[in-house]
Amino acid sequence: MKTKDIAMLGLLIALAFVLSYVEYLLPINIGIPGAKVGLANIVTLVAIYKIGYKRAFALSLIRVLLVALTFSNMAMAMYSAAGALLSFIAMLVGKSSKKFSITGVSVLGGVFHNIGQIMVAMVLMETRELVFYLPVLIAIGTISGVVIGILSGMICSRIKVAF
Amino acid sequence: MKKNDLILIFGILILALFFYGGMTLWQKSHTDDSAYVEVKIDGELYGTYPLDEDIKERIDSPDGGYNILVISDGKASIEEADCPDKICVNHRAIHYSGDSVVCLPHKLTVTVVGGQDSEIDAATN
Ligand SMILES: [Zn+2]
Repeated sequence: MKTKDIAMLGLLIALAFVLSYVEYLLPINIGIPGAKVGLANIVTLVAIYKIGYKRAFALSLIRVLLVALTFSNMAMAMYSAAGALLSFIAMLVGKSSKKFSITGVSVLGGVFHNIGQIMVAMVLMETRELVFYLPVLIAIGTISGVVIGILSGMICSRIKVAF
Repeated sequence: MKKNDLILIFGILILALFFYGGMTLWQKSHTDDSAYVEVKIDGELYGTYPLDEDIKERIDSPDGGYNILVISDGKASIEEADCPDKICVNHRAIHYSGDSVVCLPHKLTVTVVGGQDSEIDAATN
């Protein structure tokens, strides 16, 4: 990795961290675990499109760890990590299929993020009834995915990263 | 946005709506007067409380936190808790079989079990 790459990665991690914090402060609380706007996903998406999968993945991982260490605990990090991982895989598949624009890829990310979190909760807390949250979580993931996708697309078209 | 994006977005939303409707119908038809809530902490059964009896109970979690479970008018909710996210407190009161309130920080779930029928279902599963 060149120095420039490291600097860019550091900047994106900082940005993702700040967005996670903003999200943490947002008074959006409908009582369903895992229902989030996913602001930090803007950075993951921009990274996937601009600096490649591998670095984008490292960035996601570091963000989840940093946020868990700062705002919550390791048990909570399990939920975020499961969501982030499933979301990342879904976005990777979506982008590789070349069928969708960044908005479609973002929607896949948002939906699978929520599915991942609630599935881990079902297993860890041995409460299979949490499956009843799925339709609402999927709808929320879709709508926030559209918003995040449009924002990410706007950012991508404005920054020219030469790697 | 591509045409495929729109197909994806509306496809998912319609599917979610379809499942939401189906699940809601199932929940309503599987709830009777003997419905109760099951409280679990970290996957272990902590206690059960019938929905037709008004109560207010403090549930202490092993990590030192607490959630206050309230049952009134046949509905259960978490009135107060010392968890950081307050997601459990913000959840609407639950009544139908399968509805649940979750407190991830305290590893607590409160789930409605619909009554006699659901119990038999659960036993045979
Ligand atoms: Zn809580």
